Amino acid sequence: MSSAIRIKNGKVYDPLNGIDGEIKDICVKDGKIVDSVPDDSPCIDAHGMVVLPGGVDIHCHIAGHKVNMARKFQPESKRHDVSPRVNELRSGTGGSVPSTFTTGYRYATLGYTTAMEAAVPPLGARHTIEELHDTPVIDKGFYILLANNVCLNQLLEKGRMAEFKEAVAWWLNAAKGYGVKLVNPGGDEPWKGNRNSNVHNLDEQIRGFDLTPRKIIKALIDTTNDLGLPHPAHIHCNNLGHSGNYTTTIETMKTAEGRRVHITHIQFHSYGGEVGKNPTSKAKEISDFINNNPNVSADVGQVMFGDATIMTGDAPLTWQLRNMTNKKWINADTECESGCGILPFSYQEHIYTHALQWAIGLELFLMAKDPWRMVLSTDHPNGGSFMNYPKLIRLLMDKQFRKEQAALANQKAINSTSLLDLEREMSMYEIAIISRAAPAKLLGLDNKGHLGVGGDADITLYDDQEDKEAMFNAARYVIKSGRFFIKDYEFCSDYQGRILHVEPEYDRAITQKIKPFFEDYYTIQFENYPVDDSYVHDGEVVPTKSLS
Amino acid sequence: MSGSSKVIENAICTFCGCVCDDIELTVDSGGKHITQAKNACVLGKSWFLEHKVEDFPVALIDGKEASLEEAVYAAAEVLANAKFPTIYGLSDTTCEAQKQAVAIADYLNGNIDTTTSVCHGPTGMAFQGVGESTASLGEIKNRADFVMYWGGNPAEAHPRHFERYAVNPKSPWMPNGKEDRTIAMVDIRPTQSSLIADIFLQIKPGSDFELLWAMRALVKGRALDRTVEERTGISLDRLEALVQQMKDCQFGVLFFGMGLTMTRGRHFNVGALLQLVTDLNDFTHFVSMPTRGHGNVTGADNVVAWQTGYNFGVNFNRGYPRFNPGEFTTADVLGRGEADALCVIASDPGSNFSAKAIEHIKLIPVITLDPKPTVTSQHAKVAFTTATYGINVPGTVYRMDNVPLSLRPAFDSPFPSDEVVLRAIKERICELRGITPNHKPAAA
Ligand code: SF4
Ligand SMILES: [Zn+2]
Repeated sequence: MSSAIRIKNGKVYDPLNGIDGEIKDICVKDGKIVDSVPDDSPCIDAHGMVVLPGGVDIHCHIAGHKVNMARKFQPESKRHDVSPRVNELRSGTGGSVPSTFTTGYRYATLGYTTAMEAAVPPLGARHTIEELHDTPVIDKGFYILLANNVCLNQLLEKGRMAEFKEAVAWWLNAAKGYGVKLVNPGGDEPWKGNRNSNVHNLDEQIRGFDLTPRKIIKALIDTTNDLGLPHPAHIHCNNLGHSGNYTTTIETMKTAEGRRVHITHIQFHSYGGEVGKNPTSKAKEISDFINNNPNVSADVGQVMFGDATIMTGDAPLTWQLRNMTNKKWINADTECESGCGILPFSYQEHIYTHALQWAIGLELFLMAKDPWRMVLSTDHPNGGSFMNYPKLIRLLMDKQFRKEQAALANQKAINSTSLLDLEREMSMYEIAIISRAAPAKLLGLDNKGHLGVGGDADITLYDDQEDKEAMFNAARYVIKSGRFFIKDYEFCSDYQGRILHVEPEYDRAITQKIKPFFEDYYTIQFENYPVDDSYVHDGEVVPTKSLS
Repeated sequence: MSGSSKVIENAICTFCGCVCDDIELTVDSGGKHITQAKNACVLGKSWFLEHKVEDFPVALIDGKEASLEEAVYAAAEVLANAKFPTIYGLSDTTCEAQKQAVAIADYLNGNIDTTTSVCHGPTGMAFQGVGESTASLGEIKNRADFVMYWGGNPAEAHPRHFERYAVNPKSPWMPNGKEDRTIAMVDIRPTQSSLIADIFLQIKPGSDFELLWAMRALVKGRALDRTVEERTGISLDRLEALVQQMKDCQFGVLFFGMGLTMTRGRHFNVGALLQLVTDLNDFTHFVSMPTRGHGNVTGADNVVAWQTGYNFGVNFNRGYPRFNPGEFTTADVLGRGEADALCVIASDPGSNFSAKAIEHIKLIPVITLDPKPTVTSQHAKVAFTTATYGINVPGTVYRMDNVPLSLRPAFDSPFPSDEVVLRAIKERICELRGITPNHKPAAA
């Protein structure tokens, strides 16, 4: 079977190459996009279809210990959402936290071909990789949690910055991680060690350390930049969900002092108001800041009405939500590395806060002057499942639909925002940016998110329809690494997908500093901690960049 | 290399759920025998030192020697022809093998279940009901100043649990080790474990739920009458003092064993315990953990859960996973005489299931994979001899706290691993059932 394919007559959107709806041939050979293929190569007539690069999800929770706990936890959400086996394609179950195979197939059905698991304690990296191997079709990587790492924080408080940097690089290598994630910096110590309390201010001292959250944030922003990682520090700010937290968010962004930083699910961090009282929208203030600071990027973390699962390294937040909802709850501490909270959740139109969150997310999308730095996410499954992306895209592209949906939600909340004044309708080109080109660019994945020669042949074809939700719900063709996964709406052969990870250089001497720490604080042998290469046999090392 | 002995450092013991990873193994010069297992407990030592590569045939069909290939074909034939094939066991093998087993169940539209259903199945069900607060063992080692064990005897079942994780270790937060911790035991009789406890509550058999519920009431500040002593054997004054201590500690942990899960009340008991721990989080940091037995039963839970969404008792008859303990758990499937073929991996239901289930096992074709003969394999249609995980086979296992580790095998075995056998059976089943990639011509 020849591996060459020609896609002709399709309307191509490829923002990284400035292509905006041109009718243009796309040629594929050996898994890559090429200039041309022989005339007798197999051909798709894409007349009436839209051709896009495969979707790239910059932030989701799809694999690892916390995700698997959330699966075991919620049989009630799976029973009525099953995914039967199709020949060799494995069966599974859905709900807001689908089983691994179903996760891969469902992403691919929507036209997504890359996704990043956003929060992995390095001690659990092996588990995450095992699950990612069972998450088919998509290429994938994960961010390791380093902002509550006791060993790193001890180096930091002593000002041992050179060793701190080496240790971060060692940790990325040891876990086979893709990037560095900060969650509620400094919050684990009061949570685990001081009766479930938390930090609330970037400049407050963290119990047990001569450190503040701001120092941790600054150190990890600097280090990720200094190491030339393809993706900068990926930050879940302090005070998530609290009224009035937008000042913390702005302070966090300022801490970058012009260096690259990514703020995740920023919708959850854009609230005004007083602590303990109803939040208000500060989307304008947050948007203004990001519009004026080109070093900052963000994903939205849109809330979608319906079932969700709160699943986060931010344990104090989950505990707080648990006390509001009184639902079943999980807490899971990882030694020296992380906390974790899980809670079933449901966003409801009539509830003020939920409607406000929904509106703020849309405001953030629509107020962003630069779509390359405000990209699409629902923080799956926190704001809702990734299965909501088609509906979210329609909300952004279709103001009539948006107004109809807003009319169904709590009016006090909607009217307290500027949502109804925002007339902007995103174009297909802009959707291609926020769901493909921009996340790939922010991740430093040079071969993804575009259809230029040399790129990975991850391509999605949709029937061009008026109803964008219907259109994005079911790709007609999905080509992954040059092979058909979906052809004329039907599954073809299975495809495993690759693990993307980084290998920043480090001085081997650092292991002599870290090893004694393990002997004091961990319960596994230092030598048994790093994930060996056999776990990423089908992996791809994404190079670190020289400093800009 | 022959001639000199070989040392494997940081080897991993899978004999119990502690999964100690600090074992130093010495393999004799012949490369077929472990002569020393430094750091292992007495159970671990016998696990390693008594391991021999025996001169068994690689496979038996109807009791007669067969080649691996013949046996794979025969096993696949049995399973592919069955209407209700059931796969069981899996807690003493690698995750890599467990994945193949779930795939087989999926491709057969069969049933899969692990030994979880006969130990901590009720824990899984209680967890679905109320959740849990938990932690990795290192957090307990580092911080727990109040440690309670309920319905378990770790001194004998998990001999290094005290030493490595929860009682004796010193840490920067617990510089004096055991002296900095309060150790409490709850059981129906004194055990080797209760000897080391600062507080021992000997409770009336079958009163776990009542006692846990009474403690919940006290945590929440509700009044309780003195009849609690009659029911549980523990006086109200003692109980109040204990609950106060639990609320006052800085970081508490409650471990629980099969004394809680397999006695009257089962998942109600565990649900009460998990909820008690959640309630305590209103006052302080408190976590809980089941002390899992088999070396990779936690891995089995994980693999089955990530592939299907449910962690045991899963049925694929309708082409997708369904979960129903009591219906799809193996003891029940066999007890009701429903399964028409059984594949057992690293387990021996023929010796420990109910008489009714065992009677049914004798009526249906059985396939076994085990390093040594078992009661179940005596009756097997096809019996494979497989290499032992951890000693001969590499792969991934999960400690009782869900921490994953990579095995460091000591020497090769002439036998194939469970993974290799199961993968071959899976591929043959796919051939027999016509399950192949949907290769279509490349053009549209
Ligand atoms: S405690 Fe368990 S895992 Fe550790 S050495 Fe003993 S038997 Fe092996
Ligand atoms: Zn997230």
